[in-house]
Amino acid sequence: MDDPFLKNLSCPISIEKYPNITLAHGGGGRMSDTLIRELFHSAFANEVILKHCDSAVVTLPRKNIAMTTDSYVVSPLFFPGGDIGKIAVHGTINDLAMSGARPLYISAAFILEEGFPIEKLWKIVLSMKQAADESEVQIIAGDTKVVDKGKCDGVFITTTGVGVIEHNLDISPKSIAVGDTILLSGDIGRHGIAIISAREELDMSSTIESDSAPLWAAVCEMLQAGINIHCLRDLTRGGLASALVEIAETSKLHFNVKEREIQVHEKVRGVSEFLGFDPLHIANEGRFIAIVAPKDSNKALEILRAYNAAANTIGHIDKKSPRRVTLETVVGTRRIVDMLSGEQLPRIC
Amino acid sequence: MKFVDEYRDATAARRISELIRAKTTKPWKIMEICGGQTHSIVRFGIGELLPQEITLVHGPGCPVCVTPIEVIDRALAIASLNNVIFCTFADMLRVPGTSGDLFSIKGRGGDIRFMYSPLEALAIAKANPDKEVVFFAVGFETTAPATAMTAFQAKTENLSNFSLLVSHVLVPPAIEAILCPKNSGIQGFLAAGHVCTVMGYAEYEPLAKKYGVPIVVTGFEPIDILSGIYLCVKQLEEGRAEVENQYSRSVKREGAREAQALVNQVFEPTMRKWRGIGGIDRSGLKFRPDYEKLDAEIRFNVSLIEREEDSLCISGSILQGFKKPFECPAFGTSCTPEHPLGATMVSSEGACSAYYKYRRDDRETAFAEA
Amino acid sequence: MCLAVPGELLEITDTNPITRRGKVSFGGIVKEINLAFVPEATVGDYVLVHIGFALSKIDEKEAKSIFSFIEDIGHLEELVEER
Repeated sequence: MDDPFLKNLSCPISIEKYPNITLAHGGGGRMSDTLIRELFHSAFANEVILKHCDSAVVTLPRKNIAMTTDSYVVSPLFFPGGDIGKIAVHGTINDLAMSGARPLYISAAFILEEGFPIEKLWKIVLSMKQAADESEVQIIAGDTKVVDKGKCDGVFITTTGVGVIEHNLDISPKSIAVGDTILLSGDIGRHGIAIISAREELDMSSTIESDSAPLWAAVCEMLQAGINIHCLRDLTRGGLASALVEIAETSKLHFNVKEREIQVHEKVRGVSEFLGFDPLHIANEGRFIAIVAPKDSNKALEILRAYNAAANTIGHIDKKSPRRVTLETVVGTRRIVDMLSGEQLPRIC
Repeated sequence: MKFVDEYRDATAARRISELIRAKTTKPWKIMEICGGQTHSIVRFGIGELLPQEITLVHGPGCPVCVTPIEVIDRALAIASLNNVIFCTFADMLRVPGTSGDLFSIKGRGGDIRFMYSPLEALAIAKANPDKEVVFFAVGFETTAPATAMTAFQAKTENLSNFSLLVSHVLVPPAIEAILCPKNSGIQGFLAAGHVCTVMGYAEYEPLAKKYGVPIVVTGFEPIDILSGIYLCVKQLEEGRAEVENQYSRSVKREGAREAQALVNQVFEPTMRKWRGIGGIDRSGLKFRPDYEKLDAEIRFNVSLIEREEDSLCISGSILQGFKKPFECPAFGTSCTPEHPLGATMVSSEGACSAYYKYRRDDRETAFAEA
Repeated sequence: MCLAVPGELLEITDTNPITRRGKVSFGGIVKEINLAFVPEATVGDYVLVHIGFALSKIDEKEAKSIFSFIEDIGHLEELVEER
């Protein structure tokens, strides 16, 4: 947290008195109220949330809204380049941005484990506040529950986001056509590797920071530049491979991508080789693919590169069938790209 | 990455591909022993760079795939015990035993942990003196030194709550088992570069001579594999049958002496069953009497567990080169990475899983041709 | 079988023959690796690592030889064809 304003904020709940979450914090009585008012409301402070109503009442400037919800569980809660709070806000902003919606409001529900340090919760909440501010989004409603120790892993967060659609495009797999260009907004795999290397059991030093980032600004600029965006998809747990396969299958078209054009940071490659991972399957939290009409691809790439120098054109939709993704490998051959089956686990022997 | 990227160079790959084509005049059947090489071959689409005359057969070199079902059942029996922390490589978690896999025991509350190195299990044993910590050690000669070192340190430190379930196997006896039946038709071998890094390749010399097959010690990157194939085809075309070393940046003829010495101190050769193949004499490692205290089979009295394999899975024929994965009726239908019938579909090095992931096209082509 | 990856030995942290350990970098990610089986490896060498153990020191000269070998046989074959 580099923001001097946030640095100076200290947790308003007296740490001496309640250093850890207790079941009473979720009991709906005085303790709950204190937690909500003093911790959540003081961090998220905005007109709507401070009204302290059962539901947040807002005015939406347009007719078409976008809405999304997502739950966040991550271990460890704090990792290089971010924490669970940051990805909970970015993830929701990004899901809205992928419909080309301007994110406006977020609600957040917290499941807290009994005994969780309030100081850490405060750090998470501040991180959410900072992430929301950066994208001009307000956190306007929320909920808190406390579960017995051992029933959850510190904190689980569910966020719901509402955004408005300010364009007339149909940004979805069904708008994709043969000839379209596939752009990738940056290098891949940083988030997954940051999480893996932060886990004690792998004991790695000199790690890499998560790529967690809000994507709305880049999307907004593409829309304002009049780019004919056909489809957007952010890369999450299943990595680039899953995102590509998902939209290829939905759009019922054949995607051709070039391994050589997909940027992977040297450290991400190092860990991937070492654990037998395929970078195409590693998680991301701040990267997306944009499928655009061929005539707009140069302009779109220029915009994406301004946000991340590693953005690149990685392929195109070359024919109708078969409905799948083919990769041109670095040695100049071709193979199928598939979704990961289950979780990517280290391969050692 | 140094020593990785240069061996994935497209121009060099193309160049060797042309050399192989120029050299090949007859059909040849070459087996790559190692699952790691199978993985590279499918991931980098090496098949496209070979002339039609050359058939690559995927060998039994995946330790996960050849671990017999009864050993998996023994692992499951130990892992289900209350006081046990059961440690192994992530690759082993989803290998099906008779009923379920280690993941399902984890789901029922078993303390199953996967790790990168067996030494981590030692640390867990020290941190949990009131628990029995077991490491399930699978692997070939490459992995055995790490297991031996773990056992050696456990013995030196007199760790009483630590034991190992050992299912180590050795490559040369398996090659011989494949060569014995006349109908296997394998004409040349790419030997596994990492096994040879530890063991050297002197042991292969009598095999090459006795059976008249070229054996080329080969690395794992595309350029390595292509060069290994080139050297093998060259021998075949010239009527030679020698051991050659393509992977000389890592492999010496005598191997890694320190590692061999420790393995010999801790283990001795024994008969082992290979999943899908059966028992092969002196093809595995067991603890020497000095180390028997560390043997989890004895400690938990599970050596009596014996099982027959599921007949639906044809992984044995695949591992011996009789069949390709897409020739199995269950491939991609009742057997998928999500619901594997056999280990070759579980391990990412397994021939079936590798085919499923990267080469379903081949199956479709094969069907279209048929 | 046996995934093993080359990494650069940056520092030796334990010199006891059995527990000999050092820091090895894989594309910039650094991990502590057991070096008991590669007594000949020194800082700056590349070692081949499998499940936390270095199994061999990579021979730089041999590593290059493969490419000169490709060139050489390439030239040879061309010469043969020209004849």
